[in-house]
Amino acid sequence: MGAPLLEMKNITKTFPGVVALSNVSFSVNAGEIHCLVGENGAGKSTLMKVLSGVYPHGEYTGDIIFNGKTQEYRGIADSEKAGIAIIYQELALVPEMTVYENIFLGHELRAGFLVDLNETIKKAGEMLFKVRLDVNPETKVRELGVGKQQLVEIAKALSREVKLLVLDEPTAALNEDDCQNLFEILRGLKSHGVTCIMISHKLREVTQIGDMVTVLRDGQTICTLDARKGEVSEGVLIKHMVGREIDNVYPRRTHQRSDQVVLEVKNWNVLDPRLGRAVLRDISFNVKKGEIVGFSGLMGSGRTELARSIFGNPDGYRVSGELKLHDYQRRFVHPKEAIRRGVAYATEDRKLNGLILIQDVKQNITLANLREIARNGVVDMNAEVKVATEFKEALSIKTPSLEQTVSNLSGGNQQKVSVAKWLFVKPEVLILDEPTRGIDVGAKYEIYTIMNRLVGDGMSIIMISSELPEILGMSDRIYVISAGRITGELDVADATQEKIMQLATR
Amino acid sequence: MTGRDLSKILRANIREYGMYIALAVIMVIFTATTKGLFISSRNIGNLMNQTGYIAVLAVGMTLVIVIRHIDLSVGYLSGFLGALVAIGLVFWHVPIYVVIPVVLVLGIIAGLLVSIPVAYMAIPAFVTTLAGWLIYRGALLLVTLKTGTIVIPDETFNAIGNGYVPDLLAPLGVLPGVHKLTLALGVLGIFWYIIGQLRGRRAKRAYNFEVLPTDLFAIKLVFISIVISLITWVIAGYNGLSWTEVIVIVVVAIYHFVTTRTVMGRHIYAIGGNPEAAALSGINVKRLTLIVFGSMGMLSALSGMLFASRLRSATTTAGQLFELDSIAAAFIGGVSPAGGVGKVIGSLIGALVYMSLTSGMNLMGVDISSQYIVRGAVLAVAVIFDVLTRRTRK
Repeated sequence: MGAPLLEMKNITKTFPGVVALSNVSFSVNAGEIHCLVGENGAGKSTLMKVLSGVYPHGEYTGDIIFNGKTQEYRGIADSEKAGIAIIYQELALVPEMTVYENIFLGHELRAGFLVDLNETIKKAGEMLFKVRLDVNPETKVRELGVGKQQLVEIAKALSREVKLLVLDEPTAALNEDDCQNLFEILRGLKSHGVTCIMISHKLREVTQIGDMVTVLRDGQTICTLDARKGEVSEGVLIKHMVGREIDNVYPRRTHQRSDQVVLEVKNWNVLDPRLGRAVLRDISFNVKKGEIVGFSGLMGSGRTELARSIFGNPDGYRVSGELKLHDYQRRFVHPKEAIRRGVAYATEDRKLNGLILIQDVKQNITLANLREIARNGVVDMNAEVKVATEFKEALSIKTPSLEQTVSNLSGGNQQKVSVAKWLFVKPEVLILDEPTRGIDVGAKYEIYTIMNRLVGDGMSIIMISSELPEILGMSDRIYVISAGRITGELDVADATQEKIMQLATR
Repeated sequence: MTGRDLSKILRANIREYGMYIALAVIMVIFTATTKGLFISSRNIGNLMNQTGYIAVLAVGMTLVIVIRHIDLSVGYLSGFLGALVAIGLVFWHVPIYVVIPVVLVLGIIAGLLVSIPVAYMAIPAFVTTLAGWLIYRGALLLVTLKTGTIVIPDETFNAIGNGYVPDLLAPLGVLPGVHKLTLALGVLGIFWYIIGQLRGRRAKRAYNFEVLPTDLFAIKLVFISIVISLITWVIAGYNGLSWTEVIVIVVVAIYHFVTTRTVMGRHIYAIGGNPEAAALSGINVKRLTLIVFGSMGMLSALSGMLFASRLRSATTTAGQLFELDSIAAAFIGGVSPAGGVGKVIGSLIGALVYMSLTSGMNLMGVDISSQYIVRGAVLAVAVIFDVLTRRTRK
């Protein structure tokens, strides 16, 4: 084998007060899928930003050798020209534009001064074929699901004759099917000579797809493992990532489940007036005191819609059916009412609609229950600090101070702030929508421990999750939801990944 | 050690202090270029009275911008309501103590009218308030159609914009030519400030929270006390405290308290930071949107009265460009166009900076064309400075 396609040597990048990357070396051979793993804050994203020129030459030390030449990118345009494409977790498509317009955005095919429309559509069709996406190129991106949008991003990269494709957590928002489909496409691209770097938190996927795996921890390269030599397994990766053995990703459960039903939903139908169709049909389920109920289902199956339609229906769905909290009929018309009755909902996307990112830790923690620490409408700032300090300690939120802006915290600590905020309303039923999305293994374990402690204290938790191991590892009972209907209820003792998948695709 | 702490605190709050420094620099420059005329008690008194009607608008606009909206209607609304006051007093002979509350309520209703489509139909405030701008402009022209400028003879009303608080302490006979009640109030203000700070510090200590080191705390108290003393002395030198100043101080104090200390204030800033997260946290976004615009309407009415009183008349062009002046003042005062960030006191300082520029340049005899260019440049520099300092803090 010749020289590697990409070699990053002794890369050091510092931010004021923080060394983000310290002497990192990283090399990728042509034609392989190279996974980059590490806890949040390990430096993966920073490394990729150095590679793509987001941090231009001169802002870091060390060398980048790509395709046999030392590169000194001044910006993203330079790295794109060299054949590097990065697809970020937050997709960079324009929703109101068509698929073909997005694919050729920024390098439109021209005929003189004008865009060559016919040629563009034809070429776009070819790109879509390569990523096995069967949609009309004239469809608006807005109308596609997340999985398909991602494929459009890849098609966009391919249209630029990319040599090295970097995917930052491509599967975070994908369901099992879309993931497998994506991996097939990546393998296909590999055989056509496209090299891939994939950042992922889902270690099972890493073991499936990665030829090589590099582990970063605290801004340093820990090791590079060769999967083809059998060096890679989830256990090995976790050990290198956290630098310690975690014998079990899911903390032991000793839930004292009771038969007392806290929340009961019957014949719940939800219609989205904007889509003009039902998103949930005939949903019935219950939640008992002190148990974790898992809701498993594919993306778009209606899990989040279910949670939001119960939690005060902020989206203005048309809802029918029966909701009972402790045998009392309820219908919440605003999240405020749900909160007052002891139902809390931590959203799936903490940055988009969970936290006030520009506000500080204590303000976020107290937001949903400010009246608790106010007298005659005036907030007691000292009581607020006291409350926030208690949660900071109870959930071990790592922050330099309570006045720290939440956007500066790591994903795991943001999630803890979000959980703290909902615990402060002292709910009986806590709905957690994707509680561990995009956070590292160590923080996940802490979130799980907190969840177990809460149900131990008599709280009931509804956990919505795309990750089957998480559903199996944490739930007492599991409801599987598919295309807006509940397709099955399983006790955790009888549940397997296969059974759940079967119900979810029914 | 103190020096390092001090520079650390200064650096962390550069954005906030920047505004005060800018105001101080502008005042020093104008004082120098006008040979002291600018800082004279008489000029400062006039400046404060002229700032009044923009300052109250800027205070309301702060909240509107914080919740990610804008209100273009406030200028002509204030002009229109000012004209209604004049008509009420002059033609209908309605007593002043009826006219004022009625017009304030009309202001609230006007604010609600432009914001109901915003809150309940998700129509951009830019559009509804632009419609309001047109309608209130038309309404102002309509009510002044036959009469043109309406002169207000009611001296009680005109005192709002021109009068001064009577010097109840004049019989003391000391310090002739100085407004002794103003001095007394200034001294009271200093005491009130120091006692408030000490109590806050004691409460923090009781909770075992971190407090400023004693020496720094003392420096801060002395510095602020000196600043209050200077302002008081200058104001007391010419007729003393004006009614406009009293009104502005009361409005700013109320809004400052509401925004920084109350549940409602915190909810408003949460909406600005992330409207969806706020709604999901149980905050009634629609209701607060109405409240913020309603308060804006009420302050527009107040502004209209301050202006009509100042001119002793209602004119056909009253309120022209007030909306843009107050928006500029809010931005200069550090309100973020992206929402969620901005302080009421900042906007007051912004209004003072903005009006100081006008006043200072008028004294210097700078022509109006250059004045606009300078004000535009100051606005641009202020916002750029704001964005840059915000970025380095991350």
